[in-house]
Amino acid sequence: MQDDTDLLLRRILTDVLGLKQGQAETFDADTGLFGHLPELDSMAVAGLLTELEDRLDIIIEDDEIDGEMLETFGGLLEFAKAKRATA
Amino acid sequence: MTPATWPLPGNPETALAFDAARLRRLLIVPALFDEGNRLRRFTVEVMRRLDCAGIDSLLPDLPGTNESLLPLAAQDCDLWREAMLVVARHFGATHVLGLRGGCLFTPDLPAFHYAPVKGAQILRGMLRARMLAGREAGLDENREALTAMARTEGIVLAGYAFAPALFSELEGLEPASGPPDSGPRVIAQEQIGGSGLWLRAEPDEDPSQADALAAILAEAIQP
Repeated sequence: MQDDTDLLLRRILTDVLGLKQGQAETFDADTGLFGHLPELDSMAVAGLLTELEDRLDIIIEDDEIDGEMLETFGGLLEFAKAKRATA
Repeated sequence: MTPATWPLPGNPETALAFDAARLRRLLIVPALFDEGNRLRRFTVEVMRRLDCAGIDSLLPDLPGTNESLLPLAAQDCDLWREAMLVVARHFGATHVLGLRGGCLFTPDLPAFHYAPVKGAQILRGMLRARMLAGREAGLDENREALTAMARTEGIVLAGYAFAPALFSELEGLEPASGPPDSGPRVIAQEQIGGSGLWLRAEPDEDPSQADALAAILAEAIQP
């Protein structure tokens, strides 16, 4: 199966951040998320993780959530891919 | 659009109304908590379109929220259900629309449920936000301990003070379902197009989404 996690994650970020079409395509592994974007506060991150769970069909345990995984696009993508691989 | 009031025993509550004494009268039960804030503009934009389509609508505050004089910490699910029944009768509603968690409190009328959600799912997100904020502040709060506290002492989530009863009852609430011909008609986000505005980190608007929901409602609501 081709891995569409990258695509899905960009879509979710587009929906949560209200980005324009194509804007999320400029994100790279180092693009900062939590702690870098003022609108991405704890409530927004909670919503983002819930949406990730729904659309990727994974369950994210509370103790898996840490600053590192949320800090950059690359960190979140690696986390999501790993979760899907074991789901 | 005018501000309106409606009577709960001993206490006037507020609402936004498009009321021209028309035959088609829609009560709208708003989305809950932070989702209610993020969907507020969308909700009112839908009401403006319904007004143009010849449909009256009323958007009450759930007691303890928005302009309500009552404390949120004194509310529970029975009180909210009762309040929505009272306001439906007061307004003479012919139909009801629930938005997201508002679907948990729609009274017994021909009903539409927009993107309905379980109470547990709302609380899960709010608890997660509280844990994330706590970690930033160097606190080590876990879901089990927070949930246990919420059930016995109440809890503040995203600035909302939940009484133990409100929290515990919400945990078990699911939107009503029923046979397609008599149960609430579910309107999924896919029918509206785009992504749900409750997901946005900050309140946003989308005229095409408001057009789409209003069009579905205007077609389905018959006098």
